[in-house]
Amino acid sequence: MTDPHAVLPAFRWALARDLRIALRSRNELGIQLAFYALVVTLFPLTIAPDPALLNTLGPGVLWVAALLSSLLALPRLFAADFADGTLAAIALSPRPLAALVSGKMAAHWLTTGLPVVVLAPVFALAYHASAGDVAVLVAGLALGTPILSMLGAVGAALTLGARGGGSLLALLVLPLYVPVLIFGAGAVDAVHAGMSAGPHFSLLGAGLLLAALGTPFATAAAVRIALD
Amino acid sequence: MSVNWFKYASPASFLPLAGRLAPGFLVAAAILAAIGLYLGLVVAPTDFQQGDAYRIIFIHVPAAWMAMFIYVVMAGWSALALGYNTRLSAMMAQALAPTGAAMAFLALWTGAFWGRPTWGTYWAWDARMTSTLILLFLYLGVIALRSSIDDVRRADRACALLALVGVVNVPIIYFSVKWWNTLHQGSSISLTAAPKMAMIMLAAMLVMTFAVWFYCIAVVLWRVQAIIVEREQNSGWLAKAAGT
Repeated sequence: MTDPHAVLPAFRWALARDLRIALRSRNELGIQLAFYALVVTLFPLTIAPDPALLNTLGPGVLWVAALLSSLLALPRLFAADFADGTLAAIALSPRPLAALVSGKMAAHWLTTGLPVVVLAPVFALAYHASAGDVAVLVAGLALGTPILSMLGAVGAALTLGARGGGSLLALLVLPLYVPVLIFGAGAVDAVHAGMSAGPHFSLLGAGLLLAALGTPFATAAAVRIALD
Repeated sequence: MSVNWFKYASPASFLPLAGRLAPGFLVAAAILAAIGLYLGLVVAPTDFQQGDAYRIIFIHVPAAWMAMFIYVVMAGWSALALGYNTRLSAMMAQALAPTGAAMAFLALWTGAFWGRPTWGTYWAWDARMTSTLILLFLYLGVIALRSSIDDVRRADRACALLALVGVVNVPIIYFSVKWWNTLHQGSSISLTAAPKMAMIMLAAMLVMTFAVWFYCIAVVLWRVQAIIVEREQNSGWLAKAAGT
């Protein structure tokens, strides 16, 4: 059995390491956010910039953009460490691998999910969302985007060393993202329809707990398979 | 009498067994399909609401059931492959994926042709249609992952893990889509309520279900033979078994 005291230090170590790497390659984070902003900007250009229409489409567009920018950053999660052998060294450490990959997931969310959550209100206002809508949207994104990072980590680990790279990862991961997208964007729709967003938040929270319980172990198993 | 089930966990002893079983299942499927189609297309009366268009359910419903069922079976073989590290389990999972994808596609395709005369639209974003579409993507993901990894044993284990992650998500996806939007009619068959279908229609559908089921088993057994021969071509036993 693994020593329970080894879990938290392992998590903290992996989190701090990945955050440090992310902060030292800040331009990648910038590109990420520029991509998010661009996707959000393209939709009004393809449909009429009618305020009522944009108000209806806004939550869905912001969610799809959040999902795509999370997906865009997934290969970075393991690929570089896999290529230079760091991942093999990490997997050999006596600390539990599930805790180490959890730290990497948390770093992925802090560098890709959190900026999206913070920036969402600005873009939501560009889509003529009301203040109440913005609050519900941001709360949904805050609950949902960590799930995207966690499910994405499983896919990123599974595709290590596989041909097809990004498009294969998208095929594996996007279907699994569907429930998060539905409940996240659905929360705002529920408020529009005069209902409470509570059930959607409860389901997102349940999904978050379930993902936090399951995905570290699935990701650790996938990393071991890739390193075989 | 005790049977050593593990005997057939070896590809060498499973290959001849699959070769003997596959034609039997195919013949059974053909006979059942003949009976089922006769019952469904000739004996069953025209539905007073849907006209003759409803008759597509004799293909549509079995295909939709098999699409879901095969995914669960594939996940079961995947769990065995990961748990016991048995090669044959992974080969079975590999053989099941294309058939499952075909069934999901067939269910969507026939559903579109049913929907046009019945609902007036080929496609509606309804729970079961959308979740079947996502199921098709899950199958395609497993097939794509397998073809993207060159090392066969690694592909086995990666696909097994993906199938297990997928099988946990299938009910979540189903309910999320269901609560999101539902205009699909209720289930045609329910174990708790009295069936609303005429007995003869139900009988035809059940016979067709077994026909499609046996067809899937036959096709998977054929495909697994091809996979065994392909993977074991450099091993001694295959050459001996072929008598060369």
